[in-house]
Amino acid sequence: MKHLINILDLSTDDIKELILIANDIIENPEKYALKCAGKKLATLFFEPSTRTRLSFEAAMLELGGSVIGFSEAQSSSAAKGESIADTTKTVNCYADIIAMRHPKEGAPTVAALNSQIPVINAGDGGHNHPTQTLADLLTIYREKKQFSGLTIGLCGDLKFGRTVHSLISAMSRYSDNKFVLISPDELKLPSYIKKDILNQNNLQYHETSDLQSVISDLDILYMTRVQRERFFNEADYIRLKDSYILTPDKLTHAKQDMCIMHPLPRVNEISVSIDDDPRACYFKQVLNGKYMRMALILKLLGVI
Amino acid sequence: MNVDSIKNGIVIDHITAGKSMEVYTYLNLEEICGSVAIIKNVTSRKMGKKDIIKIDAKLDIDLDVLGYIDPDATINIIKDGNIVEKKHLALPEIIKGVIKCKNPRCISICEQELEHIFKLTDKENRIYRCFYCESKKSD
Repeated sequence: MKHLINILDLSTDDIKELILIANDIIENPEKYALKCAGKKLATLFFEPSTRTRLSFEAAMLELGGSVIGFSEAQSSSAAKGESIADTTKTVNCYADIIAMRHPKEGAPTVAALNSQIPVINAGDGGHNHPTQTLADLLTIYREKKQFSGLTIGLCGDLKFGRTVHSLISAMSRYSDNKFVLISPDELKLPSYIKKDILNQNNLQYHETSDLQSVISDLDILYMTRVQRERFFNEADYIRLKDSYILTPDKLTHAKQDMCIMHPLPRVNEISVSIDDDPRACYFKQVLNGKYMRMALILKLLGVI
Repeated sequence: MNVDSIKNGIVIDHITAGKSMEVYTYLNLEEICGSVAIIKNVTSRKMGKKDIIKIDAKLDIDLDVLGYIDPDATINIIKDGNIVEKKHLALPEIIKGVIKCKNPRCISICEQELEHIFKLTDKENRIYRCFYCESKKSD
């Protein structure tokens, strides 16, 4: 493994190894405090992000490394029309590893093709966001102690939600998982994902627009935001943005150990009154994301 | 109908009936100097109907392009009036610079010099996906 562009670049053994490293970092942070001393992470963020960029930066700093980069395309040479290939070759002269976010799908693939140093995809449009999936996987593992035999509810924007697509890809490789797809008709999971991933792996799935009718079956409820930036048409966004809002009364029939997840940021799809519920795991996900990024940086830099 | 035999050149045989113009366009045959015969709807024992293209010139055919358009076609290389080589085609695993991604969110749309690349992801259903954004090739 030289780069991480798609979660499927990682085998289930790779994921197991990263989870073991992340768990060890959580238990023994001092062991890792200087592992990346003298190494530099370049965060090339061509579109705004708070969580992912800060998570990568915190991860590198906690490993004793340092960080350079930019947080929007306007403050980079991309604003002057520089190609991804040229930006990547330039950054290769300064850094040891790259984390790239770009609004165009496939941009990190182009970077990887032009890079001697590891490239991590930190989100490319509506396409892939593998380190979010790593955060999700560590959260599932720490909360459920397994990746098999789970009933996973995915709720909200299943059409454009890249985190949902990646999580389905990742969880489809483990046995006996069932997926419950909860969305309005306009935001249903694309048929190619149903055909290429769910059907091809003979996985059970059920589509519904009614969260209440299925919530008692779920081991995991993965909520998503209806994202303004994925819509071409503002009117469609406004019509669908409040489709699913999780409130305490909707949790009445949910399992006591159901794990509520969300890739964040949320707008209003999870009521803040749920934050103190022991089932709310979305801020744990944020922390787990940092640990998985630390594990990934260590692995890609070959310093573990 | 009679079309003269060629002396030195290529015969693309067993083209799916109706696809010869597509083959002609993709292989840029309008740009070659020799004569080209396009024979459509020829009766075929194996295929019922087929198209044939005869090219009376030495030419390096891009087998990947042809395999992508019509993997059932065959190529006969003619020298001094005799078939000296027969080539059977297959769907290429990778196609470069032939078809373009139409996903407006794909990086290949805005990076001017980036080569358009497609990967064969489903051989049975002949599905190609963009190497960068993984969108399905659409017609």
